[in-house]
Amino acid sequence: MDVLVCLKRVPLAGGTLMLTPDSRDIETKHLGFGISPHEENAVEAGVQLVEQMGGTLTLLTLGPSDAEEQLRSQLAIGATRAVLIETDGQEWDPQGTAAALVDAINGEETKFDLIIFGAESADSAGYQIHIRVAHALNLPVITNVKSMKIENGVAHCERVVPNGREHYEAPLPAIVTVRDGLNIPRYPSVPGRMQARKKTVDMKKAETRIPKLEKVTLALAPSKDKGAQILGKGAEAVPALVDVLKQIGAIA
Amino acid sequence: MILVLVDHDRGEIDPLSLRALTAARKIDQSIEAVVIGSQAECLAGIVGQYGATTLHVATHAAITDYTPMASGRALKELVEKLKPAAVLAAGSPRGNEQLAHLAAFLDIPMAAECSEITLGSPHHVLRARWGGNLIESANVHAQLLVATIVSFSVEPESVSGAAAKVVAFEPALQPEDFVVKILQRDSGETSGGITLIDAKVIVSGGRGVGGPAGFGNLEELATLLGGAVGCSRVVTSSGWRPHAEQVGQTGTKVAPDLYIAAGISGAMQHIAGMKNSKTIVVINTDPEAPILRYADYAIIGDLHQVIPALTSAIRQAKG
Ligand SMILES: Cc1cc2nc3c(=O)[nH]c(=O)nc-3n(C[C@H](O)[C@H](O)[C@H](O)COP(=O)(O)OP(=O)(O)OC[C@H]3O[C@@H](n4cnc5c(N)ncnc54)[C@H](O)[C@@H]3O)c2cc1C
Ligand SMILES: Nc1ncnc2c1ncn2[C@@H]1O[C@H](COP(=O)(O)O)[C@@H](O)[C@H]1O
Repeated sequence: MDVLVCLKRVPLAGGTLMLTPDSRDIETKHLGFGISPHEENAVEAGVQLVEQMGGTLTLLTLGPSDAEEQLRSQLAIGATRAVLIETDGQEWDPQGTAAALVDAINGEETKFDLIIFGAESADSAGYQIHIRVAHALNLPVITNVKSMKIENGVAHCERVVPNGREHYEAPLPAIVTVRDGLNIPRYPSVPGRMQARKKTVDMKKAETRIPKLEKVTLALAPSKDKGAQILGKGAEAVPALVDVLKQIGAIA
Repeated sequence: MILVLVDHDRGEIDPLSLRALTAARKIDQSIEAVVIGSQAECLAGIVGQYGATTLHVATHAAITDYTPMASGRALKELVEKLKPAAVLAAGSPRGNEQLAHLAAFLDIPMAAECSEITLGSPHHVLRARWGGNLIESANVHAQLLVATIVSFSVEPESVSGAAAKVVAFEPALQPEDFVVKILQRDSGETSGGITLIDAKVIVSGGRGVGGPAGFGNLEELATLLGGAVGCSRVVTSSGWRPHAEQVGQTGTKVAPDLYIAAGISGAMQHIAGMKNSKTIVVINTDPEAPILRYADYAIIGDLHQVIPALTSAIRQAKG
């Protein structure tokens, strides 16, 4: 079983965000980088499949050369090798990104049985790169998967919807996008980290394309401090809260 | 004319589609709707009420349930015939997915999760990133705008419209549109019978709850208020609660009447999932916790004391 996981380097922002002076990007001077939780689940799923069934797990990203850091940290949990399509650091639009990923996949000697994506990228959330790749490679695609099993060349997947779960299946080769909660990603072990340093990261270049979805600027979403009314400290404040709950009709 | 994809689950309309219809009407007076699959003609009344004059119904023997690639191909066929200025859908997993298939078939851009749309050349959109914490201003270079509407950015508004005229069509689909199959459905993982997304009240716990046992008190309070339990990602990734209860950017986005956040700091990815709640009550030991900026009311204190006290006070108040 040969598995490919596509992931994206993103800043890890927690509390408050800041923008660069030109308002085109998040100010990352004081931030670390990682990948989306969904994509951590994707890598964990790939590692588990290869553990169970044998084969290889390849990682693929399009991003700045610094994205090697994210590839190495995911190689440390058990991927076989990685491919980095190097950009000049500018974010590419979904069509350009998908086209470059497709070229890279077609350029691989390995014909992947399963390509796993995150359900959406953490920073851009375009909800589409996997679908564009599926169309270009003529592969079936199942999105938003919360549980997955591969049996006899068929991917059995479950997706959680507001009123329950849907069960899907598709024959391999296929594309699947997975969600946070699919599994609990492992932490890299010390030997894993050591091995990751020696694993191959192939660097590739891709031709830039004119973005069709052209980012102009970013702005912080207006978040006015609602000016919370502090009802008090500890259990003593409970009667005041009960009054509030009555007022808003939460208790009849 | 703007064409709106109205999503439905075997004939039951997705309420987010009503917001998409409303958003479309704010851009263009002339809107038409499309549904994929039989069982959907019954939606002509409601889409008419939300301003659509025509309801296009794509029927095909092979479309018996949700088949996103078939939706994309049917939409492509319709768009080529009707030549609308834009195709919109709700920014739901299904809305995003079906329009992404359309955009992939046409090889044109798609702008997901838009809060504002101005048609032109190029089109201009504001779209949500980072779970709505950042707003991107973007130009979309394509004749046809394909975009989804971010949840909760517009309230659904009806007009006194007559039922839409139903026009059925049978798209020319391909076998590959049906390679992915829905086999079966189960009803949801619910807490006390209420799913997170439908709950009017959510009692949500974070790392401050301390462990799985601590959630007993939150469950009791939630049941008393007729609501459901929610939680932060720390809680699900520690395995304290099922993932279905996670609120936030990578969990579920909710907007209940009352959201009680206990022991949750208010990371932006959590805020992304609950900031549209009507009333937000925070219980936190830290008076500086970022979540306080989003709260209407707060108690500074230990949730292990406050929640049981609250539960018994509500019991008393209810008599
Ligand atoms: C791309 C991405 C997506 C993410 N998606 C999500 C998501 O969907 N949902 C989500 O929740 N997170 C998400 N996260 C994680 C998020 O950044 C935070 O790590 C997480 O929300 C923190 O959870 P928490 O508030 O429970 O924990 P903490 O940040 O550790 O906060 C614990 C809080 O509990 C308070 N506390 C401690 N003890 C008590 C007590 N006894 N009584 C009362 N208060 C107490 C503390 O003062 C503190 O404020 C995501 C992260 C990334 C990078
Ligand atoms: N630059 C990138 N390189 C590799 N994979 C990517 C990149 N951007 C997005 N992806 C993958 O595509 C998924 C969907 O992204 P998006 O369409 O931006 O929401 C992500 O979860 C990743 O798995």
